[in-house]
Amino acid sequence: MASSAIPTHAQGASGASQSSEQSGLWSWLTTVDHKKIGILYLYTALFYLLVGGLEATLIRTQLAKPNLSVVSAEMYNQLFTMHGTTMVFLVVMPLSAAFFNYLIPLQIGARDVAFPRLNAFSYWVYALGGLFITLPIFFGMAPNGGWFGYAPLSGPTYGGGFNMDFWVLGLQILGISSLAAAFNFITTIINLRAPGMTLMRMPMFTWMSFVVQFLVILAFPVITAALFFLQFDRFFGTNFYQVQAGGDPLLWQHLFWVFGHPEVYILILPAFGLVSEVLPTHSRKPLFGYNVMAYSGIMIGFLGFGVWAHHMFAVGMGPVADSIFSVATMLIGLPTGVKIFNWIATMYGGSLRFPTSMKFAIGLIAMFTIGGISGVMHSSPPSDLQQTDTYFVVAHFHYVLYGGAMMGIFAGIYHYFPKMTGRFMSERLGSWQFWLNFVGLNLTFFPMHFSGMLGMPRRIYTYDAGQGWDVFNLTSTVGTYMLLVAGLIFAYNFFKSRVSGAPAGSDPWGAPTLEWSIPSPPPEYNFAQIPEVTSRYPMWDLKAPDRMAGIEHSHADAGTIAEAHAVPVHEETERRSAKELGIPIPFPTVKPFMVALGIIILFSGLIVMHAGKFPLAMAMMIGGGAFMVASLYAWLTSPLE
Amino acid sequence: MSAIAAGAHEAHEHTHYTTTGLDSRKIAIWAFIGSECMLFGSLISTYLVYKGRSVVGPFPHEAWTSPTGEIFKPILNIPVTSMSTGVLLFSSLAMVLALAAVENRGKPGYEGILGSSKFWLLATALMGATFLGFQAYEFTSFVHEGLTIRTNLFGTSFFTLTGFHGGHVAVGVLWLMTLLFIDMKRGLGPKDTILVDICALYWHFVDVVWIVIFALVYLIK
Repeated sequence: MASSAIPTHAQGASGASQSSEQSGLWSWLTTVDHKKIGILYLYTALFYLLVGGLEATLIRTQLAKPNLSVVSAEMYNQLFTMHGTTMVFLVVMPLSAAFFNYLIPLQIGARDVAFPRLNAFSYWVYALGGLFITLPIFFGMAPNGGWFGYAPLSGPTYGGGFNMDFWVLGLQILGISSLAAAFNFITTIINLRAPGMTLMRMPMFTWMSFVVQFLVILAFPVITAALFFLQFDRFFGTNFYQVQAGGDPLLWQHLFWVFGHPEVYILILPAFGLVSEVLPTHSRKPLFGYNVMAYSGIMIGFLGFGVWAHHMFAVGMGPVADSIFSVATMLIGLPTGVKIFNWIATMYGGSLRFPTSMKFAIGLIAMFTIGGISGVMHSSPPSDLQQTDTYFVVAHFHYVLYGGAMMGIFAGIYHYFPKMTGRFMSERLGSWQFWLNFVGLNLTFFPMHFSGMLGMPRRIYTYDAGQGWDVFNLTSTVGTYMLLVAGLIFAYNFFKSRVSGAPAGSDPWGAPTLEWSIPSPPPEYNFAQIPEVTSRYPMWDLKAPDRMAGIEHSHADAGTIAEAHAVPVHEETERRSAKELGIPIPFPTVKPFMVALGIIILFSGLIVMHAGKFPLAMAMMIGGGAFMVASLYAWLTSPLE
Repeated sequence: MSAIAAGAHEAHEHTHYTTTGLDSRKIAIWAFIGSECMLFGSLISTYLVYKGRSVVGPFPHEAWTSPTGEIFKPILNIPVTSMSTGVLLFSSLAMVLALAAVENRGKPGYEGILGSSKFWLLATALMGATFLGFQAYEFTSFVHEGLTIRTNLFGTSFFTLTGFHGGHVAVGVLWLMTLLFIDMKRGLGPKDTILVDICALYWHFVDVVWIVIFALVYLIK
């Protein structure tokens, strides 16, 4: 098995027979199964990836040549605001959430998350909140003040109209979703690990997810407060960001970036986790420096809270503050560099395979390194002052977020698609997608370093010819269309393979961790029998004990490792239903969806209030609030399983 | 509404394996409290950053003469708020006794009214409600004296900070009343400790936050 390129098992892909009760629309609306919720997250986020991608395509089309007028200046503002907001909050975070949901319980040997219904609630708040913030663009009322929403520009004085209302309220709604999910996953990882699954035996994806959840619960309340202030300024006439009343225009920037910088790590660490699963599997070697990988993830999380003001070097905080934040920022290069070198060392001397997931994982290492290097350049205030608000910064964060986070997520999708569906994605199409992506992203973002250095500012809707920017912009636009084509190939591959991909067995890649010990797709209860974990790589104990030299085990008796630490893989047993096995399964329920709906109605009431329809607004807020509370009580008082 | 009693009971029928041996709800409430620290940290920091930066009065600790010659006294009424603070602090004691009464229901020393969880839950909720009454009185009198959330930076940051805290107390009172309802419906016993325990953790947290707010906003000039 270990020698074939991509081993397959000829076996039924559909697994347990699915009745319509398990697959109809109502079942998706009421599901509390972490795997189905993970798939809902995946589909919804991929839809928003298309939306955000089309927004980017329009932006790049407008900028292809000097003085074009494909879109108006006002529409351009909405497009770049929504591109950023969509990609951060509706695409990368939820794509990570799709993997948190699908993988964390499987990787730690649990039957579900700690609070299955809260999990459904998180998804529905995200899904409805996404519509709330996305739909206004069809009415020309989309947010238009940047994804960072700098007050006082986003306040009532300079940001009138409904545009930023949707942004402020939409982000509040999405914050509820992220926070609820984070409480859930922290509890799940602390409390639902299978016997023997110590913290230092957790798969690296679960480790990075664990760090991310702490970043979420500590960073999101800060933007929640900042957004409440803005909301109060906009709706109730308070003075938080009102300069004429003595308000400080830097207050928003500080609060936003205290959230915003940890948010960067919220976006990238799950992708780091995914490639840390892909690389050892396809190098057929344990992850190099596992402990240091875990510690450096924690260190990135800690330092991430101490560097926010490097987004504000241009506002004049003075040399002391600038120096402190500069040094702290440079320090983050250390744990990040450790990760890069450890991934390379993982591959070094391994017997490598190059399926699409591996290509994307290696792509992440290369592209993230480029983005990381320009990041270190920004950490120096004198250098940063030259680059602030230019396309150089745009180049930097697209290398880390597209070249980093998205590449990692694509690696994860190709790697885990067989687990989710029981089928492989097409490697041929995958290869096309990867290379188009790789060339396309470099064509798009590398020239931005140059246009930025030549002084092209961010967020301008057009520019005059003759400033040396023309060729770089045209190249960027050509690259963007390549990325669009790559995206369409991915979509085709995804949907086609779901139906007619080659069948994959329970462990198609010969991977080391617990999720590969159960059928693909897994039964609703995941594990017929909760596994007893005795090492970091239980599946390799079973299938490739030769790779396990030097890996810590519970039992000192090395001679019988393979036998003693075998994870029971009773595929036949696991095809049986939960009822036959006597495993309690949480009841499906629509109540989390209803609570989410109540929240949306409540927040929409504020928009109606801004439109001057006061009685209707009050009816919506009181009605939505009452509906939310009633549904919440109904939820809490009905039995889980 | 008998479903409340049934549902809360149901949660304890299944004892699932957990890694730490703790109930998952206990871990979740600690994570939630950690998160709330950052929320109140942001609200309190903003209040402190804006302290003394209001362009017009009324001010918390200083008198102010308006351009029209009207004189405003320092607006904070420290004696009254000290009383409401005392009430809230004592509510934490009642909360501890409520938890003890549920945990030790039926044991010697927990007979009569002072060993009754119903009494102590009600007492905690009433003290919370009293605190809210004081706050309503304070807010109304401030508005009558000419300070609203729109007046100046002090009004904006003061009403937002204390309002958020008051909102948390209100949620706590609702939570306590719900527990009281379950207790009256079917009686809370040792197996229900976790239900009261997580509410108590939340309640003590809200109490501690108030101590910080009271010291920083009212006591330090």
